[in-house]
Amino acid sequence: MKTRVFVTLKPSVFDPQGRTIVEALGSMGYASVHDVRQGKYFELEVAAATVDEARATVSEVADKLLANPVIESYRVEVDGDDGP
Amino acid sequence: MKFAVVEFPGSNCDHDAYHATKHVLGQDAEFVWHKDADLGGADVVVLPGGFSYGDYLRTGAIARFSPVMARVREFADAGGPVIGICNGFQVLLEAGLLEGALLRNRDLKFLCEHVHIRIERTDTPFTAGAVAGQVLRVPIAHGEGNFHASPETVAALEANRQVIFRYCAEDGELSDRSNPNGSVSAIAGICNAGRNVVGLMPHPERACESMLGSTDGRVLFESVISSIAATGVV
Repeated sequence: MKTRVFVTLKPSVFDPQGRTIVEALGSMGYASVHDVRQGKYFELEVAAATVDEARATVSEVADKLLANPVIESYRVEVDGDDGP
Repeated sequence: MKFAVVEFPGSNCDHDAYHATKHVLGQDAEFVWHKDADLGGADVVVLPGGFSYGDYLRTGAIARFSPVMARVREFADAGGPVIGICNGFQVLLEAGLLEGALLRNRDLKFLCEHVHIRIERTDTPFTAGAVAGQVLRVPIAHGEGNFHASPETVAALEANRQVIFRYCAEDGELSDRSNPNGSVSAIAGICNAGRNVVGLMPHPERACESMLGSTDGRVLFESVISSIAATGVV
């Protein structure tokens, strides 16, 4: 089953890379882009019988390894899951 | 006195730590490979600097799952002195043996220079031989040393006297200018609640010989040697 994990810095955490990108965009003339937050994107192929099972496994993996809960939060997407 | 220097794939200050403890301070020292099942009967564990696992994912994030880290955790839980230097500090934070996280430096630059740090507390095995307020001149070499924790965690670290080192000016004064990487409260190093696990971004092991520009880092190693000799326990 195809799953995706999006990891981003928590809103309270300063993102110097995002700041640098937004400043570069400003100098390129894109003044309308006033905020950028850089994150990480993972694609995980998971053997699972159900969407819920895949979601549970991937969430556990994100908690333990893919994201650092001190500074980051994450969102999981599973193919075939229309969401709550 | 035996020091174990843990080597992860990508550690590159392991030989600096080995040299400082073995050749400069004249102690027994041994490398411990990250897949090793034990710490070789060491009295002190050093997690050295470097780029374990190429800093993939996050600094220290993969290394914390190395087999030897389970032994390091047991050693720390039993009160054994553990010091994490630079990447070793990052590993201790990822492992949850210390609280907080390290972000990219404020200006995104890799910083390689000598800085001054102030010893805030002397009730850890690695600072017992120092004087509170003592200023050390030591090198830093990192791209992700910007210490971060929630305001609640920072307040708890301060209240529990767990902030052990702060970046400062030569005279010990704190200022934004003397904080090289943007660390919250100028924090350069902290300890755990048990005070036996210490982590810091600067490299005391590279400041043990006058030929290298400073001998100020020796006090950390001399402190732990004296602490263990005095108590006879590890």
